[in-house]
Amino acid sequence: MATELAAAPPPDTGDAGPSTSRKTTLLRRIWRNHLFVKVRKAVVVVFVVANATFFLGRAMPGDPIDVMAGRLTQGGMSMEEARAIAMHSLAYDPDAPLLRQWWEFFVGLLTFDFGGTINRPGVGVTEAIGAYLPWTLFSIGVGTLIAIGLGLTLGMVMAYRRNKVIDHVLSVLASVLGAIPNYLIAMVLVVCGGMYLGWFDPIDLRGTLSPGVEPGFTPTFVGDAFYHAALPILTYVLAIIGTWMLVMKASTTEVLGEDYVTVARARGLPDTRIATAYVGRNAVLPLVAQIAISFGTLVGGAIFVEQVLVYKGVGGLLLDAVHYRDYPLLQGLLVIITSCVVVANLISDLLYSRLDPRIQN
Amino acid sequence: MAVTTAPAHATGVWGTIWQGITRSTSGFIGLCLVLGVLLFSFVGPLFVDPANPTDVAKIWGAPNAEHWLGTNHEGKDTFTQLVLGGREPIWVGFVAALITVAIAVVLGAVAGYVRGRIDHFLLQVTDITMTVPFIVLMLVIASFYRTSSPLVVSFIIGLVTWPFLMRSIRAQVLSLKEREFIEAARLQDLGTARILFVEVLPNMAGYIFINFIIAITNAIYAVVGMYLLGLLPSTADNWGLMIQQAWDNNAFLLPQAAPFLIAPMVMIMLFQIGLVTMTRSLEQALNPRLRDR
Repeated sequence: MATELAAAPPPDTGDAGPSTSRKTTLLRRIWRNHLFVKVRKAVVVVFVVANATFFLGRAMPGDPIDVMAGRLTQGGMSMEEARAIAMHSLAYDPDAPLLRQWWEFFVGLLTFDFGGTINRPGVGVTEAIGAYLPWTLFSIGVGTLIAIGLGLTLGMVMAYRRNKVIDHVLSVLASVLGAIPNYLIAMVLVVCGGMYLGWFDPIDLRGTLSPGVEPGFTPTFVGDAFYHAALPILTYVLAIIGTWMLVMKASTTEVLGEDYVTVARARGLPDTRIATAYVGRNAVLPLVAQIAISFGTLVGGAIFVEQVLVYKGVGGLLLDAVHYRDYPLLQGLLVIITSCVVVANLISDLLYSRLDPRIQN
Repeated sequence: MAVTTAPAHATGVWGTIWQGITRSTSGFIGLCLVLGVLLFSFVGPLFVDPANPTDVAKIWGAPNAEHWLGTNHEGKDTFTQLVLGGREPIWVGFVAALITVAIAVVLGAVAGYVRGRIDHFLLQVTDITMTVPFIVLMLVIASFYRTSSPLVVSFIIGLVTWPFLMRSIRAQVLSLKEREFIEAARLQDLGTARILFVEVLPNMAGYIFINFIIAITNAIYAVVGMYLLGLLPSTADNWGLMIQQAWDNNAFLLPQAAPFLIAPMVMIMLFQIGLVTMTRSLEQALNPRLRDR
C-alpha cells in the first residue's frame, strides 16, 4: 500500500511558502502530509462506501414495506390492507423522493447520527450497533492477538529449525489449518469437544453473556464474557494462525540470510539477542501491513462463525438488516464496519512508519 | 522475432505446472485428494440413483448396510446426497474463480502496462472495494437477490473478489514491463494488446494458475458459507445445504445423525486442503527462491 501512495500525485500543499526557516517547516510538512494524505483518503473511502450502500440498497428489489407486507399476506391478508398496515407501523416512506432520502442520510452521516432503525421501533441505529459490535470486535481482537503472537513465535521456530522434524510437522499443520474454512473449524470444535469428548456444553456456551450477568468491570462479567467468547476466539486463532506461521517462517528465513545477521554472529552476540533484536524485528516489519488487511477479512468471516456458534455479534444484526431491508441500519453497519477497517489500516500504517522510518518518504 | 517469450519451451506452461505439483510429496498428495473428490462428485453420480425418496420411518437412521452413512432428518439416504452434493459447490467455485481471475488479469495488466489515468482510477476503485470486507458486500448482494441460479451466485462471488488479485497482477506487470524482451517487442511496435497478451501474460501463467486455484478455494468458502447462513434457496443436493440443515437441526447432539453433518464437512475440508497443498508445492517450483523456505 505504501508504494501505491508513493505513486499517487503529491497532495496539494499550495505554494512553497516563505523560504525562511525552511528546513523545519518542510520536515514538519512532510510528516503532516504523510498523516494528512492517509486520513483524507480514509474519509473519501468511507464517504464513497456510505453512498454506495445507500444507492445499492435502494436499487435492489424490495423495500421494507414489501418485506413486511409480504409476511402479513401470508397470514391471509389482502395486499392493500397489508401494505397499509406496514406503511403505518414502519418508519419508512417509500414514496419520499430519493433526493430527500439521500439528503437526510447525508446530513445524518455528517453528524454521525444514522437515525432510527425501521424494524426495531424505538431503537436507534447507533444504539443497535453499539449493542452488538463490541462483542465482535472483542472476540476478533483477542483472537487476532493470540494468533499473531503464537504464529510469529512458531514461524520463527520453524525458520530456525528449517528442514527438521518440528518444521515439517508445523508446516503441514499450518497448511491444513489455513485451508479449512473458519466456520468448519468452529463446527469441528463443537462436534469434537462438545459431542465426542464432552469437554463443554456447546448449547450453554451460546450467546455473549449468561442471563443475569450485569455488564461492568467485575470478575464475574469479564469471566463470563471470556467463557462465552472462548469458542469464537479459539476458532479465529486456529483459522488464521497457519497463515501467520508460514508468512513469518518465510520472512525469518530471508532475514537469516542477511549479512548483518552473519556479522552479529561473528561479533559473538548472544543468540537470544540476535533472535529478537536482529532477526525478529526485521522479519516482522514487512508483516505489519498485513495485520490490517487480515482484520478486514476477519470481520467478514466472523459473520459465518458467529452464526454457527450463535454468538450475538454484528453478523446477525447485518443479516437482519439485509433481510428486513432496514436501510438505515444497513447503512450504519457498513459505514461503521468500513470505518473499523479504515482505522485499522491507518493504525498499521502509522505503526509501520514508526517501526521503519525509511518508508515515510 | 528472435527475442520472444522466454519459457515457451516444448513442455510449455502446463508441463511446468505438472512438474511443480508432482515434484513434492505433499503436492502429489494434494493432487490425489483433489482428483479423488472430483471423481467422487462428478463420476460418482453415474452410479447412484438420483431419486432419493424421503422416508418417514427412517428419520435420523444410523449407518447400516443399506444406508452406508445413515439417513437424514427427512429419511433420505445420506451417502446418495453426499455423492450428488459435490457438483454444485465445485462448479460454482470454478466459474467464480474464472470470473475473478479474468477480471483481475485484464484490469491488472492494463493498469500496470498502460499506467496513466486508467491506472490511477483502477487503483482508487480497488482501494475502496478492498476496504469493505468482500464477504459483507457479497452477503448483501446475494440476499437482496435471493437467486437460485448457481451461475448468478458465481458471478456475485467473482465480482466482489477480484481487487486483491488485480493489485498483485499489476505489480507483476510493472516489473515484467522493464524486462528486455518486452522492450524489444515494444521497439518492434507490436501493439499494446499483442505485447500484453502474447508477451507479458504468458510469462505469468504459473502465477495466474496458482491464483486461480486460490480463487477456487475462496469461492467454495464463500458459497458454502452463504448456504450456511440460509441465503441461497434450497434447490438441488449440495454439501453446503447438507451442513446447514444438519446444523439447524442440531445434528451434533445426536450420535446417529453425525454422519449427515460430518461427511459433507470432511469432503469440503479434503478438497480445500488438497487445493492449498497443491498451490504450495507449485509456488515453490515456480519461485526457486522459496524452495529453501
